[in-house]
Amino acid sequence: MNLTLYVWRQKDAQDKGRMEKIEAKDISEHMSFLEMLDVVNEDLNNNGVDPIAFDHDCREGICGMCSLMINGVAHGPEPGTTVCQLHMRHFKDGDKIYIEPWRAKAFPVLKDLVVDRTAFERIMQAGGFVNVNTGGVPDANAIPISKEQADTAMDAAACIGCGACVAACKNASAMLFVSAKVSQFANLPQGKVEAAQRVRNMVAQMDAEGFGNCTNYFECEAVCPKEISVKFIAQMNREWFKSKV
Amino acid sequence: MNLDPKIPSGPLAEKWSKHKFDMKLVNPANKRKYSIIVVGSGLAGGAAAASFGELGYNVMCFCYQDSPRRAHSIAAQGGINAAKNYQNDGDSIFRLFYDTIKGGDFRSREANVYRLAEVSTNIIDQCVAQGVPFAREYGGLLANRSFGGAQVSRTFYARGQTGQQLLLGAYSALSRQIGLGTVKMYNRTEMLDLVVVDGRARGIVVRDMVTGKVSSYAADAVVLATGGYSNVFFLSTNAKGCNVTAAYRAHRRGAAFANPCYTQIHPTCIPVSGDYQSKLTLMSESLRNDGRIWVPKSADDKRHPSEIPEDDRDYYLERKYPSFGNLAPRDISSRSAKEACDEGRGIGETGLGVYLDFADAINRLGEDVIRDRYGNLFHMYEKITDENPYKVPMRIYPAAHYTMGGLWVDYNLESTVPGLFVTGEANFSDHGANRLGASALMQGLADGYFVIPYTIGDYLARSGNSDVKADHAEFQKVERETHDRMKRLLGIRGKRTVDSFHRELGKIMWDYCGMARNRDGLKKALEMIPPLREEYWENVNVLGANEELNQALEKAGRVGDFMEFAELMCYDALDREESCGAHFREEYQSSEGEAVRNDADYAYVAAWEFTGVGKKPNLHKETLEFENVELATRSYK
Repeated sequence: MNLTLYVWRQKDAQDKGRMEKIEAKDISEHMSFLEMLDVVNEDLNNNGVDPIAFDHDCREGICGMCSLMINGVAHGPEPGTTVCQLHMRHFKDGDKIYIEPWRAKAFPVLKDLVVDRTAFERIMQAGGFVNVNTGGVPDANAIPISKEQADTAMDAAACIGCGACVAACKNASAMLFVSAKVSQFANLPQGKVEAAQRVRNMVAQMDAEGFGNCTNYFECEAVCPKEISVKFIAQMNREWFKSKV
Repeated sequence: MNLDPKIPSGPLAEKWSKHKFDMKLVNPANKRKYSIIVVGSGLAGGAAAASFGELGYNVMCFCYQDSPRRAHSIAAQGGINAAKNYQNDGDSIFRLFYDTIKGGDFRSREANVYRLAEVSTNIIDQCVAQGVPFAREYGGLLANRSFGGAQVSRTFYARGQTGQQLLLGAYSALSRQIGLGTVKMYNRTEMLDLVVVDGRARGIVVRDMVTGKVSSYAADAVVLATGGYSNVFFLSTNAKGCNVTAAYRAHRRGAAFANPCYTQIHPTCIPVSGDYQSKLTLMSESLRNDGRIWVPKSADDKRHPSEIPEDDRDYYLERKYPSFGNLAPRDISSRSAKEACDEGRGIGETGLGVYLDFADAINRLGEDVIRDRYGNLFHMYEKITDENPYKVPMRIYPAAHYTMGGLWVDYNLESTVPGLFVTGEANFSDHGANRLGASALMQGLADGYFVIPYTIGDYLARSGNSDVKADHAEFQKVERETHDRMKRLLGIRGKRTVDSFHRELGKIMWDYCGMARNRDGLKKALEMIPPLREEYWENVNVLGANEELNQALEKAGRVGDFMEFAELMCYDALDREESCGAHFREEYQSSEGEAVRNDADYAYVAAWEFTGVGKKPNLHKETLEFENVELATRSYK
C-alpha cells in the first residue's frame, strides 16, 4: 500500500519544529509501524535527507521506549498495543497518517519524535522502591501473600513507563504511571511498611515536574498499552489521603 | 596472556564460602573514596550498581537507553531458576549445578557454575523483599513451573513478564541509590572505548547521544554489563540497540574474548515474514510446558493444520527424546526444527516453521487455565501474526537469541585486563556451550547482587586508589581516536545505508556461522567478511553531524564493530572441531544426527587475543578440569 505521512520534524530542543509531508511507498500489511518507518528512513537516507529520529528498542512491546502519537492517539489505533506491535494491516492504501511526539511540558522534545522522559526517573527516585539492601532478607516463602493480592500487584506492576498516559491526558497528568507503582507496593506486605512516605514523596515529585492532575477522563487507561486500570489512581488517592490523616 | 581462573581450593561446595572469607575487605568509611564505573543497567549492571551504592562506593552507571528500566533483560519472559526445592521434587543446589553443567555440554567451569546454583536461592529472597510480584499459589506461597533441560520444577515466574519484573526490582533499587546520591546515572550515554593505563582499566570514553559530546570518565574499577552480541546476525530476538561495541572495544584494548562461537538459537520464535523484517520475537520456552511441537509426517503437506489427522503428524521431539519430550534443551530443539524444515516438512508460506500446538492442553485444562499461564504471550502472538493461537497452532522457528561466549573472566569475574570486570551475558563464564532456559536472569542477578559486590571489594582493597584522572594523556588520546572514528564515518557519504550492510553481514553469519556450521562454510565466511568491511568504510552513507542526536551514526559505530567481531566468531567456530551444545559442526555428528563432542582435544575455553583488524587473533586455552562430574554424552532420550 502507499501512504502519505505527516511527520513532526524538529532539529533539536531549541528548534520550533513543523509537520512535514513524506510519502511511504510499497508498504506491506505485515510490517510493524516501526518497520514502515525503517523503510521510509532507508529511502530518506538514500535521497540525502536526514532520517526521522524516533525512540524504540525491544520492538516486542515491553521496554517502553517507543512513543508515537498516531493520528492523535498515543501508540495508535489498536487498544492494548505499543506502537512497535502495531501492524500496518490496521491501515489501508491511500491513508494519511499524522505522526507526532508525546506532547507535555514535562516531556520536552529532543529531536523529531524523541522526547525526554527523565521526569519519570526522578519520580521513581523519590519513592518507587522498597527500602531494602542486597542481602539479609527473609526466605521468600516466609510471608505468604494471597494469590489475589499478588495478582493485583502484578496488574499494576505491568506498567512499562512509556508515558502514553501523560501524552493522552489533556492535563498531561502522570497519575496512572505513579499510581501503578504506588499500588504495586501498597498491595504487598513488603511495600506496606513505607506506603505513607512513598505516596507522599512520589506525588510531591510528580507535582514538582509539572505534570497535571487527574480530572477523570480516563484517556490514560484507554491508550495504555498494558491496559493498566484507573482503579489504581483511586487507590493512590486513598493511599495519599491515608498518609495525611 | 594469563588465564589463571583463580578457582579457590577445597571441596566444590565450600569454595565460595572460603573465598568470601579469604577476600580482603574495604572498611565502610573508606568505600566512598573508591569510584566504580558500571556500563549497562540490565539485571547484571543495574543490580551491581545498586549494590555498590548500598555498600557506600561512588558509582557511575551508563546506559544507552533513556532510562535504566529499558535494558533488554526486560524482555525475558519465562522465568528464573533457583534451587529452592519448594516443590519437594528432588531439587538441590547440586542438581541445579549438574543440570547447568550438562546443559552447557560440559564446556563451563565447575566452580563458577556451582556458585551460581548456590546463590540462586538468595536471588528469589532478594526479589521478593523488593516487592517483585512473583506468581503464587492459592495458599499464598510461590508457584513454580518447569523449563527445558530439567526434570524438576524450579522456575519462578511473574506471568510471562519475569524479566520485566526482576529488572524493575533492580531498577527500583538503583533508583533508590540514584536518589540518595551514591550512584550518578548517565542515560542516553554510550561507551565507545575503554581506557587502559599501565596495564589497568582506568575508565571509559563515552558519547552523549543527545549532544554528541565525547568525554572521559575515570574510576578505580570498570564493570561491563553490556549484554550479548546476537545482533551480529542482524535478525535476532535482541533489542535493536543491543551491540558488541563495549565488549569488543575492551577486547581491542587487551581483554581476551572467550568462546565467541557459542551462540544460542532459541527454538520458539515467530518465523520471519519478509525482507523488511527488523527483528524477531521470541515466544517463551515456558510454552513448551503445555504446547506440543509437530510437523506433517510427509514433505510438502500443505493442508491446514486442522485438516491434518493425528496419524499424519510427527511430534518429533516426543518421538526422539521421550523422557524430555517438548522440554528438550534449546540447542537440540532448534536443530530438530531445522532438520524437519530441511526435509521439506516445514510449515507456513516460507516452509521455515513448525507448529506449537495447544489443543491438547486446552482440552485437558480448559482455555482459562492456559490464558492465566500464557495470556500475554498469546496476545502478543496474535498482534504480530493476526492468528488466534487458542484456535490455530502457533507457528514457530528458531532465532538467534543469546550468546554464551563473552569476555573471558576468572572466578572473580575479572577479565584479563586488571580492574576490568565483566558480568551477566557479556562474560562467558557460566553456561558453557548452551544455556538452559530461565538461567540468564539467574546469572545476571547472581553476578550483580551476590558475586561482584564481594570480588570488587577485594580488588579495590588490594590495588588501592587510582591516581589516574580523566585528564590523563591516555584519555585524551582515546577521546581523539573516538572523535576521528565518528568523523570518518560521517565523511564517507557513500551509496549504502548502515542497515543494508548490517543485513548483509547478518546473512553471512546466519548462513555460515548459525545453527549448523562446517569447515568450508566458515572459510567462505572468512573470505566474505573482509571485503564487506572494506566496502563499509568506503561506501556507507551516514548523514548529519556528530554534535546532535544522530541515530544513524550510533548504528554506524556499532555495525563497524560487528564487522570486525564477526571474523572472530568464525575463527573460533573453525577452530573448534567438535560439536558441543549450540556449536554444531556438521562434520562431527553421529549417524543419528546427534552432536559428537571431543573431550580429549577440546575440553578448553578458547580465549582469543586481539592482534589487529583483519589479522587472525591468537588463541589461548584454559583447560577445563572436571572433578565433580563425569563427562558424559548428553542424552535427553
